Amino acid sequence: MANVPEDLHYSKDHEWVRVDGDVAIIGITDYAQNSLGDVVYVELPKAGDEFSANEPFGSVESVKAVSEVFTPIAGVVAQINESLADEPESVNSDPYGSGWMVRLKMSNPGEVDSLLTAAEYEDFTKAETE
Amino acid sequence: MVIELTATAPQLKQTPLNSAHRQLGARMVDFGGWDMPVQYPAGTIEEHLRTRNHAGLFDVSHMGEVDVRGVDAIAFVNRLTSNDVSKLVDGQAQYSALTTPQGTVIDDLLVYRLAGDHLLLVVNASTTEKDWEWIKSHHTGDSVELKNVSADYCQLALQGPDAQTILQKLTDVPLAEIKYYHFTPGRVDGIDGIVSRTGYTGEDGFEVYAAADRAEQLWNKILDAGDTGSPTGVLPCGLAARNTLRLEAGMALYGNDIDDTTTLLEANLGWICKLDKGDFIGREALAQQKQEGVKRKLVGFEVTERGIARDHQDVVINGERVGQVTSGSPAPFLKKNIGLAYVPVEFANVGQQIQVDVRGKLVGAQIVKTPFYKRAK
Repeated sequence: MANVPEDLHYSKDHEWVRVDGDVAIIGITDYAQNSLGDVVYVELPKAGDEFSANEPFGSVESVKAVSEVFTPIAGVVAQINESLADEPESVNSDPYGSGWMVRLKMSNPGEVDSLLTAAEYEDFTKAETE
Repeated sequence: MVIELTATAPQLKQTPLNSAHRQLGARMVDFGGWDMPVQYPAGTIEEHLRTRNHAGLFDVSHMGEVDVRGVDAIAFVNRLTSNDVSKLVDGQAQYSALTTPQGTVIDDLLVYRLAGDHLLLVVNASTTEKDWEWIKSHHTGDSVELKNVSADYCQLALQGPDAQTILQKLTDVPLAEIKYYHFTPGRVDGIDGIVSRTGYTGEDGFEVYAAADRAEQLWNKILDAGDTGSPTGVLPCGLAARNTLRLEAGMALYGNDIDDTTTLLEANLGWICKLDKGDFIGREALAQQKQEGVKRKLVGFEVTERGIARDHQDVVINGERVGQVTSGSPAPFLKKNIGLAYVPVEFANVGQQIQVDVRGKLVGAQIVKTPFYKRAK
């Protein structure tokens, strides 16, 4: 069963958000990395790039496929995870830790409240696979 | 991100190993109307590497088989295919193509000579029906009996440097004596079948054909004999690894690199065009194209900048869109991003710099020699 940490927020596009003050740390969920398979390439934006909610900010590529990654909330990129350039497999091995993708300075921190809780996301993925 | 789900789709065709794949935890996909494993829990990269270093087992039972019997069998198939069937001896197989009058490709296939009056054609899964109709439509006065026996056979491919040792545990057939592209009828684990030294991975290995209802026994016995589960044992491998293995080996995939819009000569398959063997469908067009020269050619390329080229992306040379990637993928063993693409013949030279339009970003690449990977003999 996929790992869904309690303290994170989730999108229906299978991204997770960890709130750190006015910064949102974003990555893809365990369920997402498992569906994708071996990640071999991660394309990320540049620091300073601005995104509105539900806009794609990058992509993850497995051997077989390319998937866009969306930011569930609006903001400006404060930092990207540079280590994914050399170690894209972190997205598979540690999706909620070293596999994080971007730190986003939130334009509207209230948007976080509209995301799914861990329990809601778990139900959502269950319904999706049934 | 958007996840493509693996739903059970009852309208898809299944091989006799469908439940075996599901029990192993395979992710199943719709492959040309077949419900097939794209990867198992080990993952595509591990499956690919295990096949290169030890052994991989593939269910290729979705491939089609057409049985051709009768005194005119060789003459009949020789008229429909581009390679020279008359060169085969009993127990030999040949890579060939069914060609259109324009010299383009209806399908690529293997022709097995079981006897002077008995051939077995092994064709691609998604083209089986089309091929069968085409083959039947050319059956006129010939003394041959044609049968679509696709559903009767299972086909398992055991590939990799350990393939012979593993398979030998299950058969008295002296495998070392079977040469590349040769085969022998024989028993594997007591099951009657055909053992063929062929494959689609660039490795040594075997393809075993047997009755469909013995597929599961054969599959499980080969996995057991290959010590599956150990870090150096045989791994079941899905279609994703099959694709990356064949691409590293520079082998064309029907529907991607060759189809009814590409001629054999454009696809570098001149070596299976035996223009002097006598008449065959497409011979005239191919002879003319050979004389005039092709305008475009299938080449291999290696991405030299960051990015992964994918199927159908445009090739740009000197700022102009001049061709298309037909197969593009990471190459797990070579640890490079590689691909095959059609480019105008004037650019089809090793060392030529090209760019690939990767979702709006031009990524540098260079034409290289194929095969990308060649095993040490």
